[in-house]
Amino acid sequence: MGKSQSTAADIALGYDDESRSGGKTMAAFKELITLIKTNATSYMMYFALVVIMLVFQIWTDGKFFTAQNITNLFNQAAYVAVLAIGMTLILILKHIDLSCGYVAGLSGAVAAIMMEKMGVNVWIAMLAVLLMGLAIGFYQGTLVTKFGIPAFITTLAGMFIFRGLLTRSLAKSGTIIVTDETFKAMCQGFIPDIPGNTTGVHIVTMIIACIAVAAFVWFQVRSRRNKEKYDFPVVSLSIFITGCIAVSVVILFAAWMLAINKGIPISACIVGVILAGYAFMLSKTKLGRHIYGIGGNDQAAELSGVDVKKVTLFAFCSMSVLAAVAGFLYTSRLSSATPTAGLAFEMDAIASSYIGGTAVSGGIGKVTNAIIGTFVIMSLTNGMNLMSIDISYQYIVKGIIFIIAVAFDVKSRKK
Amino acid sequence: MSDEYILEMRNICKEFPGVKALNNVNFKVKKGEIHCLVGENGAGKSTLMKVLSGVWKYGTYTGDIVLNGEIQQFRSIADSENKGIAIIYQELALFPELSVYENIFMGHEIMRNHSIDWNETIIQAQKYLEKVRLKVNPAAAVKTLNTGKQQLVEIAKALSKNCSLLIFDEPTSSLNEDDSENLLNIMRELKEQGITCIMISHKLREVTAIADTITVLRDGSTICSLDAATDDISEANIIKNMVGRTIDDIYPKRTEKHISDIMFEVRNLSAEDRATGRQILKDVSFNVRRGEIVGLQGLMGAGRTECALAVFGNPYKYKITSGDVWIDGERVNFKTPKQAIKKGLAYVSEDRKGNGLVLIQDVRYNISIANLEELIKRVSIDDNKEIGVANQYRKEINIKTPTVAQKVGNLSGGNQQKVQIAKWLFSHPKVLILDEPTRGIDVGAKYEIYSIMNELVAQGMSIIMISSELPEVLGMSDRLYVMSEGRITGELPIEEATEEKVMKMAISA
Ligand SMILES: Nc1ncnc2c1ncn2[C@@H]1O[C@H](COP(=O)(O)OP(=O)(O)OP(=O)(O)O)[C@@H](O)[C@H]1O
Ligand SMILES: [Mg+2]
Repeated sequence: MGKSQSTAADIALGYDDESRSGGKTMAAFKELITLIKTNATSYMMYFALVVIMLVFQIWTDGKFFTAQNITNLFNQAAYVAVLAIGMTLILILKHIDLSCGYVAGLSGAVAAIMMEKMGVNVWIAMLAVLLMGLAIGFYQGTLVTKFGIPAFITTLAGMFIFRGLLTRSLAKSGTIIVTDETFKAMCQGFIPDIPGNTTGVHIVTMIIACIAVAAFVWFQVRSRRNKEKYDFPVVSLSIFITGCIAVSVVILFAAWMLAINKGIPISACIVGVILAGYAFMLSKTKLGRHIYGIGGNDQAAELSGVDVKKVTLFAFCSMSVLAAVAGFLYTSRLSSATPTAGLAFEMDAIASSYIGGTAVSGGIGKVTNAIIGTFVIMSLTNGMNLMSIDISYQYIVKGIIFIIAVAFDVKSRKK
Repeated sequence: MSDEYILEMRNICKEFPGVKALNNVNFKVKKGEIHCLVGENGAGKSTLMKVLSGVWKYGTYTGDIVLNGEIQQFRSIADSENKGIAIIYQELALFPELSVYENIFMGHEIMRNHSIDWNETIIQAQKYLEKVRLKVNPAAAVKTLNTGKQQLVEIAKALSKNCSLLIFDEPTSSLNEDDSENLLNIMRELKEQGITCIMISHKLREVTAIADTITVLRDGSTICSLDAATDDISEANIIKNMVGRTIDDIYPKRTEKHISDIMFEVRNLSAEDRATGRQILKDVSFNVRRGEIVGLQGLMGAGRTECALAVFGNPYKYKITSGDVWIDGERVNFKTPKQAIKKGLAYVSEDRKGNGLVLIQDVRYNISIANLEELIKRVSIDDNKEIGVANQYRKEINIKTPTVAQKVGNLSGGNQQKVQIAKWLFSHPKVLILDEPTRGIDVGAKYEIYSIMNELVAQGMSIIMISSELPEVLGMSDRLYVMSEGRITGELPIEEATEEKVMKMAISA
């Protein structure tokens, strides 16, 4: 093992010293090819995202990349992103939650009723609905863990039940218009700028973007250093730098688009905070390790002292609470609670998570990638809406993209 | 080339990220012989056979496979099967719910007018079952057979595909003595019928007994090929070629023993299987003292693993009808493995793929999973500390892996076993239950594991060793219990234990 003198990275990428002499660019190119081959799934979604966005930019005669539309895209994607985060946990555990769409719909409706019909304070209403989400998650999680009913069945039943409850709760009033400003701000508002800024560019947004870029680069460099310290495989420096620059440019570009409009939407902040929390939890805490363990091999996890039932129950609770949050975001964006809210939300969430590389066989998945998946799905929605394509075609197109993504994933993992 | 050789593998090289698994291997197999392939864990034996059988398809390796004088380019397992090569993996690939005959003809069903001819299938199945001397009802579900018999079904399946070259990857590692002996006899019979066999094994006693030729691999290269008729095929010589040095003592001696008070005790444990109502454990009592290695011997299926699991938090939810477990003077009837681990119990599983390891995760993940508390700094897991711990075990028990970031599923069988042991060592147990700890492990590594065991008991740990290999139990334990059909049928201090006495107890009901 490791008899040759090349670094671990070189061996990892499967090229030997000879190919190096072919010049730096050639080597970097070869590495890129191997990288793409070995990490096909994870690169596929970025590739898909870029292609989809560019295609819509062309087809809509440049309406896609406008400040207004990018802001719109963020607000549109927020509720799906929140659902996708919760769904990723569930899918890693080899379960599924079909009910989360109507749980979101119901949550929005209940919050609206409490605020508009019963005059409850917005914060109290939201807290109450979050607790309702928790209760729903607890109910479904208990059925799955204690009674051993497959999640598919449990949540399919939930889908019926919560859909019924949603229709029931709005039966008398019909669609409820939400007037509360705080509530509406969630998915319509923006972070404040420094007072007296007349430049037309949202300065706080750009500052945050710069901080984000700096933090991103710092984390990347630190993790690379660490990997090198332990001889773990890393990509070559040129590819590493290119990658960092690409991501930084994308962050800055998106921020610029938002800044010349009204700044970062509050919805994006909410998603960002949830995302950061879950990403940290999954990669750095015991709970996260246990989730991956159960997904990878539940028996081994149990014998290693993982409380499989408790962790699974947690995932279902987290899913339904996040569904409540998603319900707030959706209701907030429309300024109204309608009986049709929740339809097919779960499909977007599941598709996002799988497109983001969550393994169909469980045990593998990242919430950050699920967000990329969300952007793939929601760019499709957004772009097709811009082109006024009928919703029926939208479903067909999304379905096709989804199945291609999963088929690709399954195929590339087989090797 | 002459047609003396059925198979020649020439200059085979195969690389994985970070590992040169095969480095110019040359491997020649004569027609109709039994050819044994030996080498340390991670030497490349399984990889070589996977190249041969088309698992690693043509183009992912370099070198030539010459079968019956023709260069082959297998692109799938089906390709190699068509040319008469069949491989029997250590983890059996049968469908447990299906019948024996369905399993035998799975994938190459006997057809008549576009539908399966079941009558003919059963008749044919019977024919192949006779060939492997298996007397079972062909309609029986495979899951009702024990491992030894299941293996014979696998062989019958291979024969039904008309194979001329049969490969066994560690076939006897999960068989008891009788079944192993039976398997070797079947191999001899197959040889008489002109079928060539390749066998990978770490059990050198079997190798020397059955091999016509022995090829030794070390670090991905062929070291030598020994002809049983002309060369020295003593175990000592094979070991010397395998590890590059001589090993005198298979069982390291403990210099001094400090066996003191009782550390762990099980009293009158009885348990039933919930589904079938079968009694798995009947009134089992035993104890282990501080600094003592206790062997738990018995035939396969005697209930030793079930006993360990019932004690270790009962993860498979047997119905425990009576009994108590005591650790360090405290009554602890664990409800979950989590509680058991907390109180200092550890269980190294016999089934590392099934319930021992998370194969899709890396080495460090698997080492730390049972004791993450120790790695937590403020709220999160300290990466540096975790990697440090993993690297320390990698060095201490010599886990062969490019880095601890390697997926465990990519390690060789023996090295996976070491990862499992590392996981439980890191949980710092007071009582360590080792269930078949040296299964699939090479001689050198066995010695290392025995040495670790001695070190641990010297530090005051108590060890329970479950093993089907009698010499190992006799060589390592201070005291041993024998189990048969869910009952403890005897207890012997090591001074009084002989193979005969133990075997007699093991088959007494
Ligand atoms: N799919 C894989 N990906 C990466 N490395 C691999 C893979 N399969 C095998 N290896 C590596 O190749 C080497 C040879 O492995 P192999 O399984 O052939 O060993 P072996 O001789 O069968 O060992 P054992 O006796 O432990 O079964 C090992 O270092 C192993 O880690
Ligand atoms: Mg092997």
